[in-house]
Amino acid sequence: MALVLNDEQTMLRDTARSFLSGEAPVAALRQLRDGHVAEGFSRELWKQFAEMGFAGVLIPEDFGGVGLGHVEAGVVAEEIGRNLTATPFLSTAVLTASALLHGGSDAQKQAWLPKIAGGEIIGALAVDEGAKHRPEKTALQATRTGNGFTLNGAKTFVVDGHVADLLVVAARTSGQPGETQGLTLFLVAGDASGVSRERTVMVDAHNAARISFDNVQVDADAALGPVDGGHELLERVLNVGRAVLAAELSGVGGQAFDITQAYVKERSQFGRIIGEFQSLQHRSAHLFSELEVTRAAVIKALQTLDANPDKAATIVAVAKARAGASTELAVQEGVQMHGGNGMTDAFDIGLYMKRARVAQELLGDSNFHADRLARANGY
Amino acid sequence: MADLETFRAETRAWLEANCPAEMRTPTEDEEDTVWGGRNPTFRNDAQRVWLERMGAKGWTAPEWPAAYGGGGLTREEAKILAAEMRDLGCRSPLSSFGIWMLGPALLKYGSEEQKKKYLPPIVRGEIRWCQGYSEPGAGSDLASLQTRAEDRGDHFLVNGSKIWTSYANKADWIFCLVRTDPTAPKHEGISFLLFDMASPGVSTQPILLISGSSPFCQTFFDDVKVPKDQLVGIPNKGWEIAKYLLTHERNSISSMGGRAHRPVHEVAAQHVGLDDRGELDDNLLRAQIARLEVDEIAFELAMERAGDMAKRGEIHGAYSSLLKYYGSELNKRRHEILMSSGGSDALEWESDRSEHGAAPRAWLRTKANSIEGGTSEVQLNILAKRILELPGA
Ligand SMILES: Cc1cc2nc3c(=O)[nH]c(=O)nc-3n(C[C@H](O)[C@H](O)[C@H](O)COP(=O)(O)OP(=O)(O)OC[C@H]3O[C@@H](n4cnc5c(N)ncnc54)[C@H](O)[C@@H]3O)c2cc1C
Ligand SMILES: Cc1cc2nc3c(=O)[nH]c(=O)nc-3n(C[C@H](O)[C@H](O)[C@H](O)COP(=O)(O)OP(=O)(O)OC[C@H]3O[C@@H](n4cnc5c(N)ncnc54)[C@H](O)[C@@H]3O)c2cc1C
Repeated sequence: MALVLNDEQTMLRDTARSFLSGEAPVAALRQLRDGHVAEGFSRELWKQFAEMGFAGVLIPEDFGGVGLGHVEAGVVAEEIGRNLTATPFLSTAVLTASALLHGGSDAQKQAWLPKIAGGEIIGALAVDEGAKHRPEKTALQATRTGNGFTLNGAKTFVVDGHVADLLVVAARTSGQPGETQGLTLFLVAGDASGVSRERTVMVDAHNAARISFDNVQVDADAALGPVDGGHELLERVLNVGRAVLAAELSGVGGQAFDITQAYVKERSQFGRIIGEFQSLQHRSAHLFSELEVTRAAVIKALQTLDANPDKAATIVAVAKARAGASTELAVQEGVQMHGGNGMTDAFDIGLYMKRARVAQELLGDSNFHADRLARANGY
Repeated sequence: MADLETFRAETRAWLEANCPAEMRTPTEDEEDTVWGGRNPTFRNDAQRVWLERMGAKGWTAPEWPAAYGGGGLTREEAKILAAEMRDLGCRSPLSSFGIWMLGPALLKYGSEEQKKKYLPPIVRGEIRWCQGYSEPGAGSDLASLQTRAEDRGDHFLVNGSKIWTSYANKADWIFCLVRTDPTAPKHEGISFLLFDMASPGVSTQPILLISGSSPFCQTFFDDVKVPKDQLVGIPNKGWEIAKYLLTHERNSISSMGGRAHRPVHEVAAQHVGLDDRGELDDNLLRAQIARLEVDEIAFELAMERAGDMAKRGEIHGAYSSLLKYYGSELNKRRHEILMSSGGSDALEWESDRSEHGAAPRAWLRTKANSIEGGTSEVQLNILAKRILELPGA
């Protein structure tokens, strides 16, 4: 398959681009941040996401969605990245929807997918327990009790967890932390008894939560997918999230690059436009090359999730590793080339740096994914 | 789609039946590369057979028109051929400046007679070409070249010298940039000329490289007579052809490294060993290799994407500079890490055990990747000016 967007995908990109830059530009993020908006995102905007079909992008028409693929989800995510839009797209439309799609029973799908597509609920995936993304180290215990399970433990860095109506929780039903066997995913209501949530305001003014589970009771049919054998499902869902997040990072890096290029074409020192200095030219050209190479890996990862999902793990690792690293370079060069202005809150470039740091860390950083590739290749 | 699947099945079957077993192992040293020519050297019969079979099908130049001996494949078919060859581990049957550089330029700028005359022998590997661009005073600033071609009515008379002419002493013909109008501004007096290296007045002087081999030469032209129908395109308008050819040279240099060769982690496992967790017994080297392999996979896709963009007419003309810059720097990095992976085993220069220093010689050779075909700095200048449109570049 050609590693470029087809005509319909290009149209979607144009639609998403004008919608997001019009309705949810960087200024909107500043308003949420500076207005100390308690929820940290705009419910009105999320309704519009549903009307545009973005909330249901991955959800089949039978369940009220628009039934598009991962490439299309990536197209939307890239524009989110360009505008630094704080939206539950990744947590709800991508991660939670994928968990239900790939692991849910018919009843579970019927219960939740139409609501996600309709923008009626927010979902969140609760995986990490420590400072670094290590899914197989999940320790949160789910013990069989009566007709169901009791959950005890804590999660961190749960994106949009503070407002989620539905939590998808990775738990250990057997085995030891570090083992892949013994993991199970559960659907837990965000307001279930025993769930306590602390919104963690992050450096990028996007949203996450620390969530503790204190004797939380769920029914047996709250298990999503196989009990004890949830690792494969979890990886599949995470890989979708990682690839879509790589697309978002591509947008963050691409826009950071564009605004920096505009700046160096306008600012003068030494009687010349600073973009005339060869040291800045060469670094700009190098950075452009890094971003372009990343784009190829990202679209390939998204296409592979659509066409050949069982073979997607390696290319998803490559895409996320690349997107994290090249976007990090883009924002660092961006701040540096803005000189003193790059350090000010008034200029947007610093906001791109902050978002890049969070998205780099989320769902595994570049080191994590390079390590995954090494393991897959047996070294 | 169904047609493409049929093509894939047929191609695979043909390759399985026709690619000799010896041609399905990774290349180890320079003698594994086949260059063809009037006096070809083959290390073994398998090399000869493989070249003849692929040449006859036109699959040494899969996307060239069949009318000129090429494979006549569409881009999608050519991708399938490449993928199947990679899958079966088939070596490239032919390395050729004719295929990488001259052919594309002739297809675009050559006359019908020139295409008919020069292209089919390139496809079959019968004529080996060299590139006469650089001169002692004209490297990065190529357009300041001084080799003169005077119009003498029925022929041109060529005088001057070229330098860094790869394989000039082994090539049959040369494509050469010459100055036909010394009074015009430097970009406007250049022509693109083809001639036989056996012509009277042509001589070559090999130059020894840091890798210990001497594949390139200084090349001298002393009153060389060249028939006028061997000028390509329009007289004094050769610079446009020269630049177009360079974009193809750059594409071929960018694809030199990477996954066609033995994976770096295998080399490291052999020399460094694995620890009891099954990881390379040098965790910082392991990290370097993992990052390299991430970048190599991504870069291979970037080349594929560039081809797809070109097919849709959505590619910038200077994109080949991006691939050339990135690919050559990546290949240099690969060989630095390979040297580290080989440790002291990779330092031997002469023993049979080391295949006469294959590793260090290859490592040193890669240093030229960011010089030949236009240096990395020149590529970055081109990107800054033409794609980023930065001022004053
Ligand atoms: C936190 C902070 C505290 C500061 N405190 C003070 C203070 O107390 N007092 C004070 O007087 N100043 C202070 N400064 C200002 C500081 O000295 C300037 O920001 C700095 O000299 C850069 O100038 P500029 O911001 O105008 O950037 P510019 O000069 O516009 O530079 C923009 C970019 O262009 C590059 N560039 C510029 N010229 C060239 C060239 N010839 N070749 C290649 N690249 C070039 C720069 O390296 C930079 O990347 C402070 C700055 C900061 C960020
Ligand atoms: C192995 C090998 C094979 C080759 N094969 C051939 C061949 O077959 N045919 C042929 O014609 N040529 C060939 N070349 C020549 C090659 O194209 C030139 O070496 C190359 O173009 C650089 O020219 P130069 O060596 O004169 O270096 P210079 O142009 O003198 O460059 C020296 C240094 O200055 C830098 N520099 C120059 N200009 C600028 C600028 N404007 N901005 C920033 N930095 C600059 C360069 O990047 C380089 O680092 C080959 C070279 C090598 C190494």
